[in-house]
Amino acid sequence: MALDVSLSHPLRAFELELELAVEPGVLALVGPSGAGKTSVLRAIAGLLRPERGRVSLGEDVWLDTASGVDIPPEQRRVGLVFQEYALFPHMTVRQNVAYGGRARVDELLARFRIESLADARPAGISGGERQRVALARALARDPVVLLLDEPLSALDAHTRSHVRAELRELLLELALPTLVVTHDFEDAAALADRVGVLVDGRLLQEGAASELVAAPENAFVAGFTGANVLRGTATAVAGDLTEVALDAGFTAYSTDPGEGRVALAVYPWEISIARRAPDDSAVNHVRAPIASIVALGNRARVRVGPVTAEVTARSVERLELREGDVVVASFKATGARLLPVA
Amino acid sequence: MSVRAFNALLWGATALVLCFLVLPIVAVFLRVPPGQLVDQLSSEVVRDALSVTLKTNLIALALVLGLGTPAAYLLATRSFPGRALAITLVELPLVLPPAVAGIGLLAAFGRAGLLGDELDVLGIRIGFTQTAVVFAVAFVAGPFYIRPAIAAFEAVDTTLLGASRTLGAGPARTFARVALPLASGGLSAGAALCFARGLGEFGATIMFAGSLQGVTQTLSLAIYQEFDLNFDTALAISALLILVSGVLLLSVKLVAGWRSTSASLIPFARSS
Repeated sequence: MALDVSLSHPLRAFELELELAVEPGVLALVGPSGAGKTSVLRAIAGLLRPERGRVSLGEDVWLDTASGVDIPPEQRRVGLVFQEYALFPHMTVRQNVAYGGRARVDELLARFRIESLADARPAGISGGERQRVALARALARDPVVLLLDEPLSALDAHTRSHVRAELRELLLELALPTLVVTHDFEDAAALADRVGVLVDGRLLQEGAASELVAAPENAFVAGFTGANVLRGTATAVAGDLTEVALDAGFTAYSTDPGEGRVALAVYPWEISIARRAPDDSAVNHVRAPIASIVALGNRARVRVGPVTAEVTARSVERLELREGDVVVASFKATGARLLPVA
Repeated sequence: MSVRAFNALLWGATALVLCFLVLPIVAVFLRVPPGQLVDQLSSEVVRDALSVTLKTNLIALALVLGLGTPAAYLLATRSFPGRALAITLVELPLVLPPAVAGIGLLAAFGRAGLLGDELDVLGIRIGFTQTAVVFAVAFVAGPFYIRPAIAAFEAVDTTLLGASRTLGAGPARTFARVALPLASGGLSAGAALCFARGLGEFGATIMFAGSLQGVTQTLSLAIYQEFDLNFDTALAISALLILVSGVLLLSVKLVAGWRSTSASLIPFARSS
């Protein structure tokens, strides 16, 4: 059964205007903070009554402003895990879980490995443990839909990647229609089957994470999925290429057609770095000093002028790259996508 | 001014303030030996006043808690037009002179008052009865509970109330299991303040209920009466009320210390 959501609601600076179908499996809504993501979850759970909208799960209609249906939250069988987990501070872990439903408390405490914390208060346990308690409590309610609000943002970087893998496994196993809200595209890509990019209350693009990266429809989605986004003015030139005079002060070429104001998107892993401009098929070269080098495991992100390149840690070592060195960042015209300016 | 002089000024002012505030209280206990104080308390006037005070104050407190708690919860958690006005109206008796409260109660519920005829038809007389004492105490002391209660409910994280709803608890269960326990520190402190203020009620009571021994004469009113007749009795009652007030204040402080939700002693204090 799919959860169908259609919402229209004024928020502080913009209108939330959204149509979603959450199939069994995980859909992530990703976007900058203040894009209206939490409001979507609150409206589905019944904590926010939208101006106009409809929320239904199969035949069950939870909200239909047109016909005046508004089922209260306690009758909506939604498992909502709040951003800061919202555990009841005056109750023990066991009491928190039992609040959602008494039938499966012991089973859930065991499943989330929190039996030993059963008598502890939320203030006395770690962030990762709190998240497990919040999940156990939400599942104790025996929900038919699961909503997770920034499930990883309250965790430190150390526990985060570990918890992310665990959470993905759990969500797969539950096979409930699940909506995850996050501001981090990497988290969304890791947790969800499909990702929707929400900006200023509107869904800009929806698809598998790999689809969004392979074919971002506009500059915002490209930037959000990790691409370098450079603005400029495009003109067609000979050889079926488009020449873009970038605001950053250099000229780049793309195989995409374009005219007038455009955004040029190029992913960091499509940019290579050399000491001298290489004599290869790449037509775009940026010559500038290295502003920063950030190591990420076996990779490194090297900032050269207006672009960031992702190269192997081994290359950084072999080329003896240091901050301040003047280098050339190169990318092919086929890797430079032209997108409408969002 | 040198640092030394300024510090001396601060310490001097503090010492003066403390002396001024403590001296009258100490004086009550020094005027009459302890043994005689206890003797004085066994007089009929005192026993009657004590029973009237306890009865009326407990009834008033029950009314204030019973009606004030849901009202405070509503004012703290719902937004509606006129909410700010409603909260201001709750605060009004805090700044109203008690004598004005007494006149107001007479004008509303007295025989010749606004509801006088209606109450007369029903055979209900309020003025100069024990009910009047309850009314006066509830009117004057009630806001001392309701105002901190609003602040205590406002301090409860609304996310927790929302979480309770999504976990299947209706609004009433959410109130009882989440809002009430989390606000309990502030509510207890407010209740203690309200009770303390009610015990000392004088102005509104004497105007609306009179001072009839065994009916409407509370301890505070008895002090006033015995002041002319037997000063030692007045002192003894005062000593008793000082002890009770001290215990109440201490219990507020202890509750505030135990609870994580801070219990403010200032009725106007708004917690964020």
